[in-house]
Amino acid sequence: MKRPSLHHCASTTSNRRQFLKTTTAAGMAWMNPLAQQLARCAENDVSETRGKAIILLWMAGGPSQLETFDPHPSQNGSTGRKAISTPLKHLQLAQGLEEVAELMNDVSLIRSMVSQEGDHERAVYNVKTGYRPNPTVVHPSLGSIICHELPENAVEIPRHVSILPNEWPARGGYLGATYDAFQIGDPGQRIPDVISPVSKERLERRLQGLDVVERAFMKGRDPEWIASHTRHRATIDEALKMMDSDQIKAFDVNLATATEVNAYGDTAFGRGCLAARRLIETGVRCVEVTLSGWDSHINNHETQSKRIATLAPALAALIRDLKERELLENTMVLCGGEFGRSPELNPLEGRDHWPHGFSFLIGGGGIAGGKVIGATDPEGIRKQPENPVRVQDLHATIQHCLGIDSEKEIITPVGRPIFLSEGNVARELLVTS
Amino acid sequence: MTRLTFISLWLLTTVSLVLFWLYQDKPYPPSAPKFENTTNTGKTHDKQSTSSLTQSLERNLIQNRASDLEILRRLSMALTGTIPSVEWIRDYEAWPEDQRISLALERIFGDRRSSDYLAERFARAFVGVENGPFLVYRRRRMVDDLSEMIHANRPYDQIVKKLITAKGIWTSKPEVNFLTATIDPNNDKEGPDEIKLAARVSRAFLGIRIDCVQCHNDMFGDRWKQKDFHQMASFFSGAEMSLTGLIESEKPYKYRYKRQPAPALVPPQVPFNESLLPAEGSLRERLAAWVTHPENKPFARALVNRVWAMMFNKPLVNPVDSIPVEGPFPEALESLANEAIASGFDLRHLITMIANSSRFQITSRTLDQSETPPFPMTRLRPEQVAGSIIQSASLETVDADSHILSRVIRILQQSEFIKRYGDAGEDEFVGTGGTIPQRLTVMNGKLVEERTEENLVMNAATRIGALAPNDSVAVEMAYLATLTRRPTESETQYFTNRFRGKKKKKRATEMQDLFWSLINSTEFAWNH
Repeated sequence: MKRPSLHHCASTTSNRRQFLKTTTAAGMAWMNPLAQQLARCAENDVSETRGKAIILLWMAGGPSQLETFDPHPSQNGSTGRKAISTPLKHLQLAQGLEEVAELMNDVSLIRSMVSQEGDHERAVYNVKTGYRPNPTVVHPSLGSIICHELPENAVEIPRHVSILPNEWPARGGYLGATYDAFQIGDPGQRIPDVISPVSKERLERRLQGLDVVERAFMKGRDPEWIASHTRHRATIDEALKMMDSDQIKAFDVNLATATEVNAYGDTAFGRGCLAARRLIETGVRCVEVTLSGWDSHINNHETQSKRIATLAPALAALIRDLKERELLENTMVLCGGEFGRSPELNPLEGRDHWPHGFSFLIGGGGIAGGKVIGATDPEGIRKQPENPVRVQDLHATIQHCLGIDSEKEIITPVGRPIFLSEGNVARELLVTS
Repeated sequence: MTRLTFISLWLLTTVSLVLFWLYQDKPYPPSAPKFENTTNTGKTHDKQSTSSLTQSLERNLIQNRASDLEILRRLSMALTGTIPSVEWIRDYEAWPEDQRISLALERIFGDRRSSDYLAERFARAFVGVENGPFLVYRRRRMVDDLSEMIHANRPYDQIVKKLITAKGIWTSKPEVNFLTATIDPNNDKEGPDEIKLAARVSRAFLGIRIDCVQCHNDMFGDRWKQKDFHQMASFFSGAEMSLTGLIESEKPYKYRYKRQPAPALVPPQVPFNESLLPAEGSLRERLAAWVTHPENKPFARALVNRVWAMMFNKPLVNPVDSIPVEGPFPEALESLANEAIASGFDLRHLITMIANSSRFQITSRTLDQSETPPFPMTRLRPEQVAGSIIQSASLETVDADSHILSRVIRILQQSEFIKRYGDAGEDEFVGTGGTIPQRLTVMNGKLVEERTEENLVMNAATRIGALAPNDSVAVEMAYLATLTRRPTESETQYFTNRFRGKKKKKRATEMQDLFWSLINSTEFAWNH
């Protein structure tokens, strides 16, 4: 099931595979070792210049596009709240997102996301992995793919982090539990599990005791086989290294200045976004920050308003902060949920699930600013949006910007080849210079 | 109220601990109950019928046999999801050596923890771990019903028939959830999804991945055609939702095959052993009869492969749900499949056969330095790690007879731990090593800290430290509680040296550190 090649986009960098293809085509296969080296350099260049990391602000429950990034105020009272202007003439956002609106030149919007999943659990899986749930395989989430595909960088803390996760955090799927996101709660609180509950001296004594138990277990067994097969002790050593690392401080927003903390808003989500920036700065590849509570089947407007009040300052501060620190070029910021909400209000003044045209904010890391892709029906009648972007297309676009070949096939542990993404790159979102 | 509960718990456990030491060298139970390999039909198995397997399984004939305690740990882990308690170890060791395995199995089969645990593991294959469509699916109801059936040792073929032919309301008829789990609110069909059901049935009950040809003919061979899958899906076309729940209608199944211009009517047909498909009955009744037919060998093989995987944390044929229909088959798979059929798909009998096999009882120590262990070393599943940590904190078995408070605490702690440690989901038998976050969870996490810290009421570490008559016994008890073995001489020496002269708080701290070292060991975290 080969899909058409769609990688003719405006990437200014070549990748290793393209380089090797070129050298081979040019009859230069004889210089393979050199070609390999140069290709490796090309690969590193990609990671150095563009798309080194992503921050996914996960709006759990399904935010209403009408109350956030796609208002239709001209219609009857049930469709959308008051709109506000942005620096872009053709773009309005919903009231409450004023701080974000000011930054729309730096980021873009997809207003025509479509999927076929309207159930929370299945839709979360779909949007986080780019694949629909399938009983035959568990697909890895985006962050896991990024950590798997991009070269390891010198970080001593997990490269994939999920802050305030709900019941469906990002998982490694067929790539293995090694690629699961490391989960933490409110970064203003003590970070679970990375700090030993006992003193260094006592931990040392515990480890000495552990050595005694391990030695006894090795009797009659091959220590090398045990070490390589279980990686138990190696993993403990890596965990100890992490516990000792200064980089752990990146999780702790209490070390940030009061101004920084206040800018993001005095909420767990705000602190999560601040921690995300600190972690990215330290070299973490993917941070997911969850803001729950968007599932507004009852009393939609009030529910959405409360979440927007939390989201707006944090999202705006994050984009501003990344830009000021010159991190935005290499860090992609995404904001969206598993689906949107129905244009019509239900009898309880709520909005139901709507996977037929919802919004995603996307910016940085190779994504052009100020673009708006797609449009939903202002009347809220026609399901299909203009210029629909499928969930898998979003994944292919992100992977492309990060220098990952989404057409690459991964062989799963059961020997099944699966593309990293089956989508098409949304070329109009890419930086073209 | 809570204070009273704690005091009564403390009194109970202290008394039991004292009695425990007083009687630890005396035989228990005074007369061991007789083990009868009772089948689900009430018959006692004729030893002759299982001779081909059991003859070589006589205790003394198994070379390089693991110790009795190692085998008990494997059994407890596979069938209850935790290590055995010290209380149970004492009982086990008091039983006659040649009856230990059978008596242990008898106890396990009567233990509600076991049917609950096995039901959950089967449910992962039957409906996955998703919560599913909210309004029409109650996973918990289905798992509880499975547990009831397993506890009553209902034949496996009857369980499967009940699931495939289910009708009615999902709340009052728990088996209906097997079908409603596949309902997709976005699908045009108002009822269970035939395609998902065909995939589930073929994988879970037949051990074949026929769903790989859902969209095209077999790309890796000629065995399966696209029509094989859709003809099987056609058996579920009549499963529809109505005001009275799930019903069976006459609705036909249509599908547009690859390169065909329009959808065509797909007749229900099975992909092999067509002669076993009965002509009478509703579509799903016919399918269920065919799937579970004693001559439909893939059904028996799929059952054996899954139960084997539960016992070893590793299937005989990997992946567990992909067994070639024409073989070749491992010898054990065929022998046990024949046994399963002969026993009327008696789950207890199958588990007993595997538990008594030399493959299950062989050591995990390498017989040759260059070889991998004869008994596969596999990483414990998250719930097994959690269950074992919780069990190690109690000298008595934490089961249905435990105080309600202990059980509630166990459920809460286990669920919180698994959330952090990561649930394996449907990836039941993926043999990879642990992760850094998982190690951090055990090294520094709340569960280990709470279940080993100084707490005379709740934690075995404190109780052993305070009540053991001497340091050697204290160390031995800690080892039995966590690793289901006694310490070696050098281990005893090392840890008793640490305890020497330490009293009260310092002794409790030392005991907590010992528990920490034991719980963080490879031996604790892996099945061996």
